[in-house]
Amino acid sequence: MSTFPLNPLLRVEHLTMRFGGLVAINDLSFQAGRNDITALIGPNGAGKTTVFNCITGFYKPTEGMITLSHDDGGDFMLERMDDFRIARTAKVARTFQNIRLFSGMTVLENLMVAQHNTLMKASGFTLGGIFNAPGYKAAHRDAVDKARHWLETISLIDRADDPAGELPYGDQRRLEIARAMCTNPRLLCLDEPAAGLNPRESDLLNRLLLSIKNDHKIAILLIEHDMSVVMGISDHIVVLDYGQKIAQGTPDEVRNNHAVIRAYLGVEESEEDTVAEVEAIVEEAVHQPIEREQGAAPLGNEDLPVMTTGAVRSTARTAAKTATPARKPAARKTKPVAKKSARPVARKAARKTAKKGGRT
Amino acid sequence: MAGPAKDTKITQEQVALTPAEMAKDLLVTFLLALAILGPLVGLRTTSGSGTLILEYRPLWAFGMVAAVVAVRLLSLLYGMGKMAAQGRAAPQTAALATAKAKTAIDWGKFLAPTLLVLAVALPFIAMLFPQMERRIVDLGILVLTYVMLGWGLNVVVGLAGLLDLGYVAFYAVGAYSYGLLATRYFPAWFGEGILPWAFFVTLPIAGILAALWGMILGFPVLRLRGDYLAIVTLAFGEIIRIVLINWMDFTGGPNGVSGIPRPSFFGLPFDDSPGGFAATFGLSPKPIQRIVFLYYVILVLALITNYVTMKLRKLPIGRAWEALREDEIACRSLGINTTNTKLTAFAIGAMFAGFAGSFFATRQGFISPESFNFLESATILAIVVLGGLGSQIGVVAAAVVIVGFFEVFREMNFLKAILPEGFDPVQLRMLAVGLAMVLIMRWKPRGLVTSRDPTVYLKEKKAVSADLVGEGHG
Repeated sequence: MSTFPLNPLLRVEHLTMRFGGLVAINDLSFQAGRNDITALIGPNGAGKTTVFNCITGFYKPTEGMITLSHDDGGDFMLERMDDFRIARTAKVARTFQNIRLFSGMTVLENLMVAQHNTLMKASGFTLGGIFNAPGYKAAHRDAVDKARHWLETISLIDRADDPAGELPYGDQRRLEIARAMCTNPRLLCLDEPAAGLNPRESDLLNRLLLSIKNDHKIAILLIEHDMSVVMGISDHIVVLDYGQKIAQGTPDEVRNNHAVIRAYLGVEESEEDTVAEVEAIVEEAVHQPIEREQGAAPLGNEDLPVMTTGAVRSTARTAAKTATPARKPAARKTKPVAKKSARPVARKAARKTAKKGGRT
Repeated sequence: MAGPAKDTKITQEQVALTPAEMAKDLLVTFLLALAILGPLVGLRTTSGSGTLILEYRPLWAFGMVAAVVAVRLLSLLYGMGKMAAQGRAAPQTAALATAKAKTAIDWGKFLAPTLLVLAVALPFIAMLFPQMERRIVDLGILVLTYVMLGWGLNVVVGLAGLLDLGYVAFYAVGAYSYGLLATRYFPAWFGEGILPWAFFVTLPIAGILAALWGMILGFPVLRLRGDYLAIVTLAFGEIIRIVLINWMDFTGGPNGVSGIPRPSFFGLPFDDSPGGFAATFGLSPKPIQRIVFLYYVILVLALITNYVTMKLRKLPIGRAWEALREDEIACRSLGINTTNTKLTAFAIGAMFAGFAGSFFATRQGFISPESFNFLESATILAIVVLGGLGSQIGVVAAAVVIVGFFEVFREMNFLKAILPEGFDPVQLRMLAVGLAMVLIMRWKPRGLVTSRDPTVYLKEKKAVSADLVGEGHG
């Protein structure tokens, strides 16, 4: 496994996020390098978007520190800042898993809203703007030029005056990235930018992201399921499962990491457990937590990796979706059989990595 | 995007409406109308000789049922003709909808200057009808007051997407600011000499005070969203009114404030004194001169409201308002302080209400809490919603329809000749306004003007179809 970047832009240390009894992120630490593309991957419900929401201030983490240090020495403790201040002063921009454009405004207007703070200052907080102060006019022209530059970059210049809601899906994704770039970010957080794109569009996206990294010298933090994007452009990959880091490193290292393969694919043919072994493990998984519940050990305590055996974890996953800490035994038994064979191995892997490198 | 395609399908099906289907439709209409109108119209109880007597009116009932069926037949035939025409045309797409919206904008561009010329010329047009002159100008003042209030509320509801049901509170703050300052405090502070100027001095103060109240209300409230915001603003409107009723020492309670000085023509009073307006300009003094002056004052105030709003829309703050209406979370991710942005929208909306309130006080000469009840808030909100959220010209149209209708119905005595005995048109006006609202919402669910004008463009200004524009959620 590779080491952390030497001079990181973003340091996430011992980040924990609990929603009631549900632990969405458990003691996660990772770093994102300056001028790197760092990818955050993991199966559904692994807590990737929660990490993003903590970094961008939409959630306040239960525990942990998130530090962003600019090149010029400014350090920002993101876990203490309001979401809009993180975007404004710490210069972290983000996109959303479900596209959040201003669909009733034109493409150009979307990019103008992104430059709100610069323009507000130039318009003398509106007073200068009302009386057409020359400073504001110049700032307005610059803003339009910047928007034009980004529209050319994402080749949407011909649709500048169309409503954003009328664009095709792939164009909307790229427009959302361009809008985030118009805020002059130091760190760009992209939540599944390739979701729903066809291969040609995701290739375009790859090139856009590489150009943002190389030409604009902006670090990117990326959540993505599309491995062609992740493996193609990432410098560094952090793999999450059940809110914990199970691996990190370069794309090659991660690709060959057993824990990752197990987390994604379950067990490999050659080392498949016999049915009896699997059943034994499942039995253990189903019964152990019940005893633990009676033993009054709260969820999310120190030995969580042991406790959250496969069955319970998939319950936790259901709970993550319904946002209630459902821990009824019945819910565990309705688990599909296919998962049974995969999960225990993933559990062993998680346990192994948790012991090895999950805690720093 | 699925909408238009579906519409086309329905169109093609309905073009092929056979006479049998039509007869069935008419039969259903007939039965429904009979079921509803039969007992309601056909049977009537009259009290004769101490008991209730049931009176049958089959002619009335069947006449009305026949009218309903006839209307249904006409609408079916008309609908078929229209749909056939549409069916021949290419399938509607969103692009076409936008193109349609574009023609609407061009039409609007032509409409606005016409309306402006009409508004400026109205007092002169009224002169042609000497016996109705006063009435026409008064109606013009009333409509313009509501246009101004509508434009002010449009900032809050139409642009920022914050549902404010207590807008009349700021109107009241403006009115009482002027009423109390001009009757009680100015004479004590500056002597009687200030009174002819009181209106112009108080106008900005009233605006500032109303904006201040907007912010005082806004700070705790703007964290709420949607329905909760609406309820709290509604409560605030009521609180202001109840404070005005109960704070006898300060506001005069239910007795209100009377003897509010009338505005002067920049220092020249409208009376028959030698230093008055008429004497100075060599005219014979007439009461209508003051009314016409008031008309132009409210016209100028309304136009200032419109100008400032349009200007703000094109500034970063206005774009932030609209972005807030579209998606608050995205706004925060772009570094926009949403609380401050909402607060400015609230304060600016309240400021215009304060100006309008000040004008209301000087026009009436008497204000009391009765004038600031919830119905006023509802009327102003109805004007904004019917006009089309965020549309300035739509507000004008809706104000003319709602306020104009309401007042014109008072004058419709000639209708008495047409209507049967006992039907008083004055009593029908609520019904007529309600009907107008239902019809507008049926045919124009997004308001009269349903397209949004972009605030900035590169090559070509294309109106945004209202289907894409968000409505805000608090």
